[in-house]
Amino acid sequence: MSAIKIYVPRDAAARSLGADGTAEAILAEAARHGISVQLIRNGSRGMLWLEPLVEIETAAGRVAYGPVSAADVPGLFKANFTAGSAHPLAHGLTAEMPYLKNQERLTYARVGITDPVSLSDYQQHDGFRGLHAALTMSPADIVAVVTDSGLRGRGGAAFPAGIKWKTVLGAAGPQKYIVCNADEGDSGTFSDRMIMEGDPFVLIEGMTIAGIATGATQGYIYLRCEYPDAHKALNEAIASAYGQGYLGADILGSGKRFDLEVRLGAGAYICGEETALLESLEGKRGQVRFKPPLPALQGLFGKPTVINNVITLASVPIILDKGAEYYRSFGMGRSRGTLPLQLAGNIKHGGLVEKAFGLTLREVLYDIGGGSLSGRPIRAVQVGGPLGAYLPESQFDTPLDYEAFAGIKAMLGHGGIVVFDDSVDMAAQARYAMEFCTVESCGKCTPCRIGSTRGVEVIDRMLSGDNPVKQEVVLRDLCETMVHGSLCAMGGLTPYPVISALNHFPEDFHTRKTNALNA
Amino acid sequence: MLSIVEQDFGTPQRSTGKMVTLTIDGQEVQALEGTSVMRAAAEAGLKIPKLCATDQLEAFGSCRLCLVQIDGMKGLPASCTTLVAEGMKVTTQNKQIADVRRGVMELYISDHPLDCLTCPANGHCELQDMAGVVGLREVRYGYEGENHLDAKKDESNPYFTFDASKCIVCSRCVRACDERQGTLALTIQGRGFGSKVAASQNESFMDSECVSCGACVQACPTATLSEKTLIDKGQAEHSAVTTCAYCGVGCSFRAEMKGEELVRMVPNMNGMANHGHSCVKGRFAIGYTTHPDRITKPMIRAKITDAWREVSWEEAIGHAASELKRIQAKYGRESIGGITSSRCTNEEVYLVQKLIRAGFGNNNVDTCARVCHSPTGYGLKVTLGESAGTQNFDSVMKADVIFVIGANPTDGHPVFASQMKRRIRQGAKLIIGDPRTIDLVQSPHIQADYHLKLRPGTNVALINSISHVVATEGLIKEDFVSDRCEMPSFNRWRAFVSEPKNSPEAMESVTGVPAATVRAAARLFATGGNAAIYYGLGVTEHAQGSTMVLGIANLAMATGNVGREGVGVNPLRGQNNVQGSCDMGSMPHEFPGYRHVSDATVREMFEQNWDAVLSSEPGMRIPNMLEAALDKEFMGIYINGEDIVQSDPNTTHVAAAMMAMECVIVQDIFLNETAKFAHVLLPGSTFLEKDGTFTNAERRISRVRKVMQPKGGYSDWQVTQMLANAMGYPMNYSHPSEIMDEIARLTPTFTGVSFKRLDELGSIQWPCNDAAPTGTPTMHIDKFVRGKGQFMITEYVPTIEKVTAKYPLILTTGRILSQYNVGAQTRRTENNQWHSEDRIEIHPHDAEDRGIHDGDWVGMTSRAGETVLRATVTDRVQPGVVYTTFHFPESGANVITTDNSDWATNCPEYKVTAVQAVRVNQPGEWPQRFRAFSEPQMNVVPAADVFVTP
Repeated sequence: MSAIKIYVPRDAAARSLGADGTAEAILAEAARHGISVQLIRNGSRGMLWLEPLVEIETAAGRVAYGPVSAADVPGLFKANFTAGSAHPLAHGLTAEMPYLKNQERLTYARVGITDPVSLSDYQQHDGFRGLHAALTMSPADIVAVVTDSGLRGRGGAAFPAGIKWKTVLGAAGPQKYIVCNADEGDSGTFSDRMIMEGDPFVLIEGMTIAGIATGATQGYIYLRCEYPDAHKALNEAIASAYGQGYLGADILGSGKRFDLEVRLGAGAYICGEETALLESLEGKRGQVRFKPPLPALQGLFGKPTVINNVITLASVPIILDKGAEYYRSFGMGRSRGTLPLQLAGNIKHGGLVEKAFGLTLREVLYDIGGGSLSGRPIRAVQVGGPLGAYLPESQFDTPLDYEAFAGIKAMLGHGGIVVFDDSVDMAAQARYAMEFCTVESCGKCTPCRIGSTRGVEVIDRMLSGDNPVKQEVVLRDLCETMVHGSLCAMGGLTPYPVISALNHFPEDFHTRKTNALNA
Repeated sequence: MLSIVEQDFGTPQRSTGKMVTLTIDGQEVQALEGTSVMRAAAEAGLKIPKLCATDQLEAFGSCRLCLVQIDGMKGLPASCTTLVAEGMKVTTQNKQIADVRRGVMELYISDHPLDCLTCPANGHCELQDMAGVVGLREVRYGYEGENHLDAKKDESNPYFTFDASKCIVCSRCVRACDERQGTLALTIQGRGFGSKVAASQNESFMDSECVSCGACVQACPTATLSEKTLIDKGQAEHSAVTTCAYCGVGCSFRAEMKGEELVRMVPNMNGMANHGHSCVKGRFAIGYTTHPDRITKPMIRAKITDAWREVSWEEAIGHAASELKRIQAKYGRESIGGITSSRCTNEEVYLVQKLIRAGFGNNNVDTCARVCHSPTGYGLKVTLGESAGTQNFDSVMKADVIFVIGANPTDGHPVFASQMKRRIRQGAKLIIGDPRTIDLVQSPHIQADYHLKLRPGTNVALINSISHVVATEGLIKEDFVSDRCEMPSFNRWRAFVSEPKNSPEAMESVTGVPAATVRAAARLFATGGNAAIYYGLGVTEHAQGSTMVLGIANLAMATGNVGREGVGVNPLRGQNNVQGSCDMGSMPHEFPGYRHVSDATVREMFEQNWDAVLSSEPGMRIPNMLEAALDKEFMGIYINGEDIVQSDPNTTHVAAAMMAMECVIVQDIFLNETAKFAHVLLPGSTFLEKDGTFTNAERRISRVRKVMQPKGGYSDWQVTQMLANAMGYPMNYSHPSEIMDEIARLTPTFTGVSFKRLDELGSIQWPCNDAAPTGTPTMHIDKFVRGKGQFMITEYVPTIEKVTAKYPLILTTGRILSQYNVGAQTRRTENNQWHSEDRIEIHPHDAEDRGIHDGDWVGMTSRAGETVLRATVTDRVQPGVVYTTFHFPESGANVITTDNSDWATNCPEYKVTAVQAVRVNQPGEWPQRFRAFSEPQMNVVPAADVFVTP
């Protein structure tokens, strides 16, 4: 009898919930029972409330159990779970679980299914089909496909990827670069991490295609140092790709060169801003550059550079494989394809959901997320990271669409959704937004450098009852100065959560007589 | 902060590109492509508020005061970082813009001390000005919030303070240190509100890598970085453009004055040699001009063992003239002579040589170029036809390969070095030929592609082996050579350098440079695009100094690297006016303009103009004068601002010759080493005390302007004129401009030069005449001055100064950034804080062999003499080589250098002296002898006492 395949995620979220102990317990228990098992450390399926999610491969398909702690393992063996049998922790066939079944998994198609660092596994699951297609195409044609797909930058700015690539393709110069922004620093976001840990080859493939499309021969993944698991997975995958001729001087015998290296950041949020990232990558202080010149023309070391987010680049292989039409058939308006949403905060079913653009926030919160974890009403949601606006219940019917969100002075950003129930203190959240800016401002421009500090002070005065009406005027003026005066989005967007909190939840600022924060 | 009179256009000027037309506030404006909206507006007279922008630096975009609205662009783009475009429509003032600007300013002021009335920048502070411009009326944040008001003041630098409490974190200082100086000593530490300027690893400025060039001080828009003199004296009320009196870069400065008191020196943004940059000497080391050691009264004495007697000008001049006349009557016409000063103006040099040639009636005139760049004058004249460098400094910005040999620009010519480093950071390749690992070999963002670390004294062997590679690997620019050069001389040269004995392999054992490195460097030089050679005294001060200059010119011609921008043969001249002093006829064999005294036509012209009979025989060079003195044939000398006793080699020999003379007249601002042997001491005047011109290393003639009365009552040219008149040769100039008019009349390369023209153009590079009415930045463009370029054979002849068992080390000498030459000026400034003594650099191996540790006293013995210096153990020098500077007379560096000299010009072989070094317990005999001799020299009987004595 061949070994039974058992999947325990190597994903950092699963590991933080004890996946390593679960895996060890499974191996020990299997040995005790004399059962031959093949343990595969896969990526996470994204149902983080069920982690560690253990899967057993059966003739009918993979059966899910979760959350499985090490202590649960003997009981599961007793219940004969290696045969996929019933158990209180069992969820049936993984693929049939509604959370997964209702997704449109394009970019994350393999995540959770394959062994992330197995190149053959990747190949067997449609891997490198995009690259093979790209190698038969002219650079301009590749760029045209990406443009036609409607893919926009998933880092937050939503700039059309094809346009950016076209600029780099058209830029003169013997040396160009592909830089992947993997400095995923927004609160409540983890989609980059999950794909780098769960399917690193798709990012490698996407970057290689970008290199071939634009004439860039060197790629860098700028990875935040807080992602050691992703670092390990990426380096393992890159080494395999070099070994099999998918990277290097002569990609698959095409004569085209593409080298790839991972560089680690040093813990600054601002280095997720693309120009500060480039400075940091050059070995300098992570400080924002002014634009123009665009990085596409004068980027890394002053050379033409494609700088895209992880998800943007990881979405490219399927576009090249299945065509622009296939990809753009998903989504709404000018927001084409899918967006990996990350549900976090006070939400029952937190995790990663890849969906086509167009569903409403309410559907995400309740139909997918199952409402708040506390069971209390959801009062506010922050979408798009720490610089995103706070949305009140009245705005929950906004569709997930870049333009629709911009229309309500909010942003989709990187797809992070942080949920708060009615126990939230929105004044404290507003103060936190300013405080975050004081901690993470690079300090280059004045509105952000001094403004954020003054912002915290003004909110504190306001909350302490020190002439709150006047303080609100000052705060609003300050936010105007920051929005219109800041050099980059850090200072320019910090007012969004502040002003949205103030506008939608004024009662949290005005009803208190003493500063609860100091209490 | 900028000079009180300069306007700042916000971003640098662009010089190329096409004109575009845009509209700013409804006004049609034209600007070159690449110009910022801010600058275009400023040039049109429209003022956009700014703080982080300055035209000294590239745009940065951080202060956000200069935001504007541009049709078709979203948001409020910064005008400093937004470039002009055809048809662009810009609005610089409206309600929204005003609100944001005021909001930004409110933030600035919420973290700034409100001590404007007592602030050194009061009245000249950009933050203060901008607060007014944007109409800030209230800081609603209050002043109790988080702030930097208690930040510590760093007063460690002797010349400027850093008051962090006033810092607005605009990064102008950091960017100035990066972009302009290229030292990269400053950074912003921390982030967000905690961002602060830090020197090196958060050290004090004095302990950091800061070289005190002043670029940060100039760039600072507030009082954060302020000159201590400005803090002490307050804002200047007027200024005058003048030229630095230190090195041959010839930086243009604005002397900012309060009445006759100098407040500060500010580098002139319009200065063509320095473009607003400066170094620690020119900008700050000015204290010597008012030092108590200044000689302000004429003094005479019968014997050098007598005390000095202060006398009236009439008596001093009368005494000097009568002594010179007496000596000539007794010992003959040739028994007197003089030395012109490379520190004085062209007009003053011209007068001194005129006095000697016409008044003394001989050609016994020489100058300090004898001991520095006389081989340059000779070598470039013979090969190219003109005794001067071929380029302007800006040419380096078009060089692709820079070959620096025998020069240490970051110490010796720091302002030009900064420009060179800027070009290297842009990607130019760098080859260095130097026995020492000078800073340029490796420093932040600078890495030499090849360091040819040759043994001292083997330059010619090296240049021959480089030329060998060029000639034998088909790298000669044949068309250039056949068009521009004398083919017979070229063919002889090609055959010569192609000989196997000149190959890098054959010369490796001589130079110590691996043959493969020489070959690679030669290939890079010949094939890397525009290749420019920069050299200094490490080339000239050798037994084969002239040969090496010829070899450099040969290489430049053979590779086609003369006659356009970006290339050339560039001697980095030492003194502020050494080029000028040579131009003005300081050499015994040449009239002004390098015309030989034996040329009858030229001589007759001078005789007619000067109304005198002139000698057709070249006069004595300095070494000849000294020899003749010992032979009792040369008994009187008029030395104008030069300290040969300290600067010339073999001090013992020089001193003996000085003591042999019957009348030594020294005209100087200090009682220098030479004055200790003088019978007449005439007070000199500093560059601040006279009008005139200096000519720098790029042949640039720049005005020196008088901003205060001479301490001794007369400018130097007036003193020379008085002496001439007393000698019976009349001179009646009422202003130095009249002297320049005479020079222009008599010198073909100067015919277009006048003070009026200099006022119009700022500065002029000679030749300036009808053919080149605004001067000549690049020479030899279509043809060489001599017609066809001449190649010269440069056989390598080893120096007779051999290392032996008794003298196993080679001593070579050089200088350091903070001190200047004999140190007469810089030793009388706070620059001593950086360098208070000359030290001997010795390699760790040689030090270990001798039991020498860092800081030990080391006895140095050569064939000429001995002295004692303290050791610095360092691998900057190679094993077998030791190095010292010569800035302090008590060091006696020149007590050990020898009489050996260049075969063609007698330029001393300072760079090669065989020595032994041993560890000793105390300073040696020389400093004791020095003190015993020097102390009585300071005895002066004041004039008042003379009159009351019965």
